[in-house]
Amino acid sequence: MIGADIQILMPEIVLAVFAMAALLIAVYTTKDALAPLLTWATSGLFVLLAIWIGVNGQGTNVAFGGMFIDDGFARFAKIVILMSAAAVLLMSESYMQQRGLLKFEYPILVALAVVGMMVMVSAGDLMALYMGLELQSLALYVVASLRRDSAKSTEAGLKYFVLGALSSGLLLYGASLTYGFAGTTLFSGIIEATADGASLGMLFGVVFMLAGFAFKVSAAPFHMWTPDVYEGSPTPVTAFFATAPKVAAMALFARVVHDAFGNIVSDWQQIVAFLSVISMFLGAIAAIGQTNIKRLMAYSSIAHMGFALMGLAAGTAFGVQAMLIYMAIYVTMNIGTFAFILSMERDGRPVTDIQSLRMYSKRQPLRALAMLVLMFSLAGVPPMVGFFGKFYVMRAAYDGGLAWLAVAGVIASVIGAFYYIRIVYFMYFGEEGEQLDSKMNPVLWTLLMGSAAVMLFGVVNLFGIEPIAAAAAATLVN
Amino acid sequence: MGNILSLTTFLPLLGAVILALFLRGDDEDAQRNAKWVALVTTAVTFLTSLFILGNFDASDTGFQMVEQRDWLLGLQYKMGVDGISILFVMLTTFLMPLVIASCWSVTTRVKEYMIAFLLLETLMLGVFMALDLVLFYLFFEAGLIPMFLIIGIWGGKNRIYASFKFFLYTFLGSVLMLVAMVAMFSAAGTTDIPTLMTFTFETENFSILGVQIIGGMQTLMWLAFFASFAVKMPMWPVHTWLPDAHVQAPTAGSVVLAAILLKMGGYGFLRFSLPMFPVGSEVMGPMVLWLSAIAIVYTSLVALVQEDMKKLIAYSSVAHMGFVTMGIFAVNQQGLDGAIFQMISHGFISGALFLCVGVIYDRMHTREIDAYGGLVNRMPAYALIFMFFTMANVGLPGTSGFVGEFLTLVGIFQVNTWVAAVATSGVIFSAAYALWLYRRVVMGDLIKESLRTITDMGTRERVIFAPLVFMTLLLGVYPALVLDITGPSVAALVVNYETAVAAFEAAAQFASN
Repeated sequence: MIGADIQILMPEIVLAVFAMAALLIAVYTTKDALAPLLTWATSGLFVLLAIWIGVNGQGTNVAFGGMFIDDGFARFAKIVILMSAAAVLLMSESYMQQRGLLKFEYPILVALAVVGMMVMVSAGDLMALYMGLELQSLALYVVASLRRDSAKSTEAGLKYFVLGALSSGLLLYGASLTYGFAGTTLFSGIIEATADGASLGMLFGVVFMLAGFAFKVSAAPFHMWTPDVYEGSPTPVTAFFATAPKVAAMALFARVVHDAFGNIVSDWQQIVAFLSVISMFLGAIAAIGQTNIKRLMAYSSIAHMGFALMGLAAGTAFGVQAMLIYMAIYVTMNIGTFAFILSMERDGRPVTDIQSLRMYSKRQPLRALAMLVLMFSLAGVPPMVGFFGKFYVMRAAYDGGLAWLAVAGVIASVIGAFYYIRIVYFMYFGEEGEQLDSKMNPVLWTLLMGSAAVMLFGVVNLFGIEPIAAAAAATLVN
Repeated sequence: MGNILSLTTFLPLLGAVILALFLRGDDEDAQRNAKWVALVTTAVTFLTSLFILGNFDASDTGFQMVEQRDWLLGLQYKMGVDGISILFVMLTTFLMPLVIASCWSVTTRVKEYMIAFLLLETLMLGVFMALDLVLFYLFFEAGLIPMFLIIGIWGGKNRIYASFKFFLYTFLGSVLMLVAMVAMFSAAGTTDIPTLMTFTFETENFSILGVQIIGGMQTLMWLAFFASFAVKMPMWPVHTWLPDAHVQAPTAGSVVLAAILLKMGGYGFLRFSLPMFPVGSEVMGPMVLWLSAIAIVYTSLVALVQEDMKKLIAYSSVAHMGFVTMGIFAVNQQGLDGAIFQMISHGFISGALFLCVGVIYDRMHTREIDAYGGLVNRMPAYALIFMFFTMANVGLPGTSGFVGEFLTLVGIFQVNTWVAAVATSGVIFSAAYALWLYRRVVMGDLIKESLRTITDMGTRERVIFAPLVFMTLLLGVYPALVLDITGPSVAALVVNYETAVAAFEAAAQFASN
C-alpha cells in the first residue's frame, strides 16, 4: 500500500532527496565553488522531471488516503512550474556569478521551493496544502534577501516574510474554520459537507482562505508586497517570483475552489470576480507612473493575475482551461522579458530605469524586435499569443455569465497597453540617451529569442497546448 | 489556384521576411535594394490580385475562392471575397506599389520602413478577406502595430503624442468589438462570418440600469461594433485622432491611412453591422445619419480654417467619410453602392492629395499653407495635377468623386430628406475649402523668396500620379466598372436586411396586440 503511494509521489521525492543530498555534498566539499555546477544540475533535473511527468503520467492517482492527488491538472501545472524554474535557473547563473551572489544554497532553495509548489498543486487536503505552501514560501523568503549586504534586498526579504506570514495566518484561520464546519480536512470530504450549501461559518472560512491565496498570487487588494519585493530582490529571483510561484498559487487556487468548494460556486464566484477586476485595473493604472522596469513588471504581473482570475471566476471547466493556458502564456512571456531585463547593464552594472532603453533599436535591432513582440504580447495585441490568452479568459467569463467582467477586462487592457507601448516608444523613437552595454549572455539571448518566437509563431496553433489544457481542466472540474 | 487569396495576402509578408533576413547594411546600395525589393513585392502582389479579379464572378452573391482550415478553439482560418470586399482588396494592392514608390526619397532606416509597409499590406489584405470573426479581428488589430511604428519612427515633430493617441484611441474602440465577438461566438456557436450573416441574434428588449434597450442583444452588439468602426472611419465626434495622426505621419503613412485604413471602418459596417445586426442597425440608423450629416458640415467648416495642408485634407477625409456612413445607413441600393464607390474613389483622391502635399513637403519641409503661394509659376505640371485632384475632391462631374457623393445623396434622399438637405450643403463647403486651399498654395504671384528655386515634379513623381489620374477619370466617366461588381452583392444584402427588419417589426406588432 505504502509502496504504491510512494510510487505516485516519486517526482517530489526525487527532487527533495536531490536537494538534501546536494546540500550535504556542498557543505562538506567546496561550498560556493560548486554553485555553478549545482545550478546547471538542478536545472537539468527540473527538465528531466518535467519530461518524466509528461511521459509517464496517466489517469488520476490518489495517495495517502486522498492527501495527495496526481491528476492531469496537477501534471500540467507541474510541467509549467518545472520548465519555468529551469529557465530561471539558467538565466541566473552568469548574472549571479558576476556579482558574487551565486551561493550554493541558491539552486537548492529553488529546488525546495519547487518541491513545495509541486505538493501545492497536488494537494488533496488542507494539511498537504499548507505544508506545500509553507515549504515554498520559506524558501522564497530566503532567496528574496539573497543579497545580504544590500538594504533593499533584505528589506524585500523581510517585507515578503512579514506579509507572507500574515497571509499564511489568514489562510490557516480560514482552514481551521472550514475544518470546524466540515469536520474534515480532506477536499473530498469538504465538498460532500457543502453538497447543500455552505453554513455561515464555512463561508467565513472560504473568504479567509481566498484572501490568503490572493496574497500568494499577488491579486489586488492583497498585492502590496509585490512591487517592493520585485524591486528589492536580485533580478533573477524577481524573474523566479514572477513565474513558477504564480503558476503554483494559481493552480492551488483553482484546485481548492473546485475540488473543495465546487458545490458552492456562486458563493466564491463573486469574490474571485472582484479580485479579478480590482487587480486588472490596479495593475494597469499603477504601472503607468513607474520608471523602474522591475516595478513595472510587478504591476504588470498583478494585472495579468487579474486576467487569469477572470478565467477562474467563470467557475467552469472551460474557465480552468482558459486559466491554465493564460498562465502558460504568461510564464513564457515573462521568461523572455526577464531574460532581457537581466541583460540590461551599463559598464557591467545592472540598470533598471526604462529611460536607459532610449533608441535601443538602433544598436540592437534584433533584441529590440524581440522585446517589441513581447511587449505587444503582454498588452494583448494580436497576432501575438498574449492576445489568445485574453481571448480564452474572456470567452470563459462571458460564458460563465460575467459579461461585465469581460468588458472591464478589455478596458483595463487598453489602459495597460499604454505602458507596454511606452517601452516600445523608448526603444524605437525616444531621444538618444546613454547607451546600454551591447553584450548579452548567450543563454539570455536564446531565452529572449525563444520566448519572442513562441509569441509570434504560436498564432498557428498555440503549439497544441489547447487540447492538453482542456484535458487537464476536465480532470479538475466535472 | 486554390490558395490565391492566401498567396496574395502573404506575399508582402514574404517580401518583408526576405528584407529582414537577407538585406544587410545601411549604405546607399542597401537602401536602394530595400526599396526595389518592396516595390517588386507589391507589384507582384498587384499582379496576383488581378487573378482574383479575373476569377471573380460578379453575378454570384456568395463568397468566392474560399479557403478553409481548422485553427484553434473552434476558430477557423477562412478567407474569401465577395462583391463588397474584392474592390477593397484591389484598391489596396493597386495603391501599395505607388505608396512604396512615393517614399523613394526617404533615407532614414529604409529597410525597417519598407518592412513596416509590407507587413501593413498583408494585414490590410487580411482584413478584407477574412471570413472568421477572430481572424478578422487579428488582422484588424495587428495593423495598429506597423502604423504605430510608422508614425512614431518616421513621423514629424509631435509624432510621439500622435502615435500614442492613434494606438490607444483605436485600440479602445476595437476591444469592445472583441467582447461582442465573444458574445456572438457564444450565442451562435461559430465564428464563421457567412454563417453569422444568416444567424438571427436575440432581439428581445431588456433594460440595463433602468435604460430600455430596444432590439436587445443585437443593439448592444451593434453598439460594440460601432465603437470600433466609428473610431476607425472616423466619425464625428470620435475623429480627433485622425488629424493628429495625419499631420505627424510621413507622406506614405498618410496615404495608406487615408486611402485604405479608413476604409476598414466602412467595410466593417457593410460586413458586420448591416447583415449581422439588422435590427440594431434599424434602431440606431437615424443616429448614424445625423452624426454623418453633422460630420459633413462641421468638419468641412473646420477644414476651412486650417493652416496646415495635411490637417485640412484630413478634415476633408472625415467629411467624405460622412457621406459613406450616410450612404451605408440609408440601406438601399443607391446608398450602399454609392458608399462603396465613394470609399474606392476617396482611396484614389485622398491618396493623391496627400501625395501632392508630399511633393512640396519634400522640397520645402513645411506644410504651412502660408509658406506657399504662386507655385504655378515654377511648377506647372504640379499645378495641373493638384488642380485635377482638388476638383475630384470637390466632386466635379467627370471625376469619380462626383459619382460617390451623388449616389449616396440619392440614397439618403429616399430615406431622410432633412439629412440629405444638410449633407448637400457640405458639398458647397467642400468646394470652398478645397478651392481656397488651391488658390492660396498654387495661384497668385510667386513672392516668397524661398520658393524661387523650387523645381517641378520629376519623372518618378509624374509616374506615380499617372495611374491615380487615370483611375479617377475612368471611374468618373464609367462608374459601371465598380457598380457591376458591387451591385448583386449589395442587392442581396438589402433584401436580407429588409426581410430581417420586417420580421422584427411583425413580431413587435404581434407582441403589442
